[in-house]
Amino acid sequence: MLILILRRLLVAIPVLIIVASITFFLIRLAPGGPFDSEKVVSPQVLKNLNEVYNLNAPVSEQYFDYMVNALQGDFGPSFRYPGRSVSEMILTGLPVTLELAMYAVLFATILGLIAGITAAVRKNTFLDYFPMALAMLGICMPTFLLGPLLLLLFGIELELLPVSGWGDLPGDKILPAITLGAAYAAYIARLARGGMLETLNQDYIRTARAKGLPEFKVVLVHAVRGGLIPVIAFMGPAIAGLIGGSFVVETIFQIPGLGRFYVEAAFNRDYTMILGTTIFFSALIIFFNLLSDLTIALFNPQARSS
Amino acid sequence: MKIFPFILLFVISCSKSISPVDSGFENQIMHIANGSEPQGLDPHIVTGVPEHRLITSLCEGLVITNPKGGPNLPGAAESWDISDDGLVYTFHLQPLAKWSNGEEVTAEDFVWSWMRILTPSLGSQYPDMLYYVKNAAAYHMGEINDFSLVGIKALNSKTLEITLEQPYSFFLKILSHYSTYAVPKNVVLAHGSIDDRNGAWTRPGNFVCNGPMQLKSWELNKSIVAEKNPYYWDAEKVTLNEMHFYPIVNESTEDRMFRAGQLHATYSVPQEKCPVYIKENNPNLRIDPYVGVYFYRINTQNPVLKDKRIRQALAYSIDREQIVKRVSQCGQSPADSFTPPGIDGYFPDTQIPFDPELAAQLLTEAGFPAGEGFPKLEILFNTQEGHRKIALAVQQMWQKYLGIEVELVNTDWKVYLSREMVGDFQISRAGWIGDYEDPNTFLDLMRPNRGNNKTGWENEKYDELIIKANAQSNQENRYAVLREAEKLLIDEMPVLPIYIYVRQFLLSTDVKGWDPNPTDTHHPKFITLER
Repeated sequence: MLILILRRLLVAIPVLIIVASITFFLIRLAPGGPFDSEKVVSPQVLKNLNEVYNLNAPVSEQYFDYMVNALQGDFGPSFRYPGRSVSEMILTGLPVTLELAMYAVLFATILGLIAGITAAVRKNTFLDYFPMALAMLGICMPTFLLGPLLLLLFGIELELLPVSGWGDLPGDKILPAITLGAAYAAYIARLARGGMLETLNQDYIRTARAKGLPEFKVVLVHAVRGGLIPVIAFMGPAIAGLIGGSFVVETIFQIPGLGRFYVEAAFNRDYTMILGTTIFFSALIIFFNLLSDLTIALFNPQARSS
Repeated sequence: MKIFPFILLFVISCSKSISPVDSGFENQIMHIANGSEPQGLDPHIVTGVPEHRLITSLCEGLVITNPKGGPNLPGAAESWDISDDGLVYTFHLQPLAKWSNGEEVTAEDFVWSWMRILTPSLGSQYPDMLYYVKNAAAYHMGEINDFSLVGIKALNSKTLEITLEQPYSFFLKILSHYSTYAVPKNVVLAHGSIDDRNGAWTRPGNFVCNGPMQLKSWELNKSIVAEKNPYYWDAEKVTLNEMHFYPIVNESTEDRMFRAGQLHATYSVPQEKCPVYIKENNPNLRIDPYVGVYFYRINTQNPVLKDKRIRQALAYSIDREQIVKRVSQCGQSPADSFTPPGIDGYFPDTQIPFDPELAAQLLTEAGFPAGEGFPKLEILFNTQEGHRKIALAVQQMWQKYLGIEVELVNTDWKVYLSREMVGDFQISRAGWIGDYEDPNTFLDLMRPNRGNNKTGWENEKYDELIIKANAQSNQENRYAVLREAEKLLIDEMPVLPIYIYVRQFLLSTDVKGWDPNPTDTHHPKFITLER
């Protein structure tokens, strides 16, 4: 197990360097620069600005300087926000994004598992058809539609929950977590149903039933262990996706998370911010994939031995 | 399943909370949507409207914008004298003017601050605002290194003398712009050098300025809270205890927040909502005048578009009345000039007729009868629904009245800017918001060698007229010459003015003193929350 972890971590380093290098050159190929604005600055001012941020140097030199600093954990200053470092901005937005993702995962997992397991156990009944139809709707409905719909209903019409903010007003975290988690709840429900159906047909389940175990024990102790492996495999990339894809929800609900920095950095050509957040999100994806593989290994002896 | 009663209980308990607008009224705390996250709070470095709103609350220039429009009012300066030749301005600072840390605001602070913005290595984007001052441009360009040669001097701690290159009657107007504000020398230097763009002096806890409010907290992408500054020279007049500025880029989000009682004022109104609010006479909708013009730039270096008759044909075949009525639909007025009429009493006397017959005739004279043989035209605009709708309308009008083929090209903001910058366009969407309340902020734009001209149009006569106008000490004479320049510009048509901007936003009826003014500047000391 330890070797597996070490091997995966060692592979992660060149992956991150490649990601950083490709991003570094791609953003410089994009037309427009960080200091382009509707009010044109004079060539003199532009020259001064480029000097301040070392953009006058040859690209190879800029690349080398950046990589050396990045390897030491210094992602440089933000071009868009003078006086702020990229690391500082990532650390400001990260806790919010992580918290939002955590609530969304919690919501998705609880709802998805209840719906999925119930549907599998009560196959071809209303308790199967209804949650699965809802799940299909959840997968199809984009967050930019679900979010405003929930806001109009619970925020404006019923006046039960705030329509924006994060930690300012009571209950302002409920709707963003539901909006972000809904699609994942739907996936989890379908995966859990599929996995459970397959496991419930296995011989060892039949043996358990034959031995006279109560049905809830058969399902929750024996079947769940094998039936949820697809869900666990899905969780790693899903959590990374939740963190990286929270931009829409953060914008709709006015949440000061990392997703907004990431997308705005691209629009602003804030080179250092784009690079810093890309490297950071890549590292997160690698980490959660590793975590997911390790969890599968814990649940599945076959995977452990391979 | 037992969890649901608890969730229900929690949700119901939420509904009992008092809205921020209601609690704001009781505690005199105003909640304002403020567009995008501000770049920063350093008046010498930032550009942009959200920053303008914050800085005019936290700092104060020698003069402040008149909340009802018209001549500027005393700010950090109590009064001023202007020499007979219009060259020397002597400002007498407020005796009680202090920084928010309690230290005195001195004339020397202004001298040092102007030296700072003119220091090339700071990379300020607004040094040209001070180019009217004697030798300021030369110092910024590195032609002279001795700042004492620049026309700004502290005669004593409370008297400041400014000498101009030539008389500029609009100079006082410029002084309410944040780029001319003073910054606290001691505090700036405590956190970096004079040319340090990344100094930490603007952070909460460090930030010191001389405005009616002071910085209390700043949470990135969440809010900036400003509280009343007890050291402000006119603190007695300030009734607001706090102002909360929220960076909200999504117009629908701020619209919902307003309707849910979380905001006193929005930054804008979603375009599709504006006609609805107008129709239902929404008492919160405000449509205020604004010094801005929406126009199309024409690349006059283009072999076809360099012909004035073609530019005129394009202009005369746009039904601007229909565009404001059916497309923009939010109280904008069709533009008959490049400068919005009414800026500080300036009314251009130009007309841009909607005359498809004349347009078709001009096109024929230029060698393209009924658009035959006319190459395909491209309208470049940055991706935004509002711009697309206007471009579509213009495309249809040109196809219908001139018989020419038009293609719409939309790109990301930075790509659009870079294409405009290098002249890689035929027609491009543009907008210009005046920096100060004077026609010069528009007409100066179209002079040759101005970076924001971007049309390739260079007209010596126009340039001479602007120079001649600005040398006039009598305002009426000056405006007469500017009108002549405007007429020349509209005849030459390197730009196609489409409509005059308005500021549309939602404002709670609790807010008093948020008066309409052309630069949309709202000094906190005039704002109160009342019911």
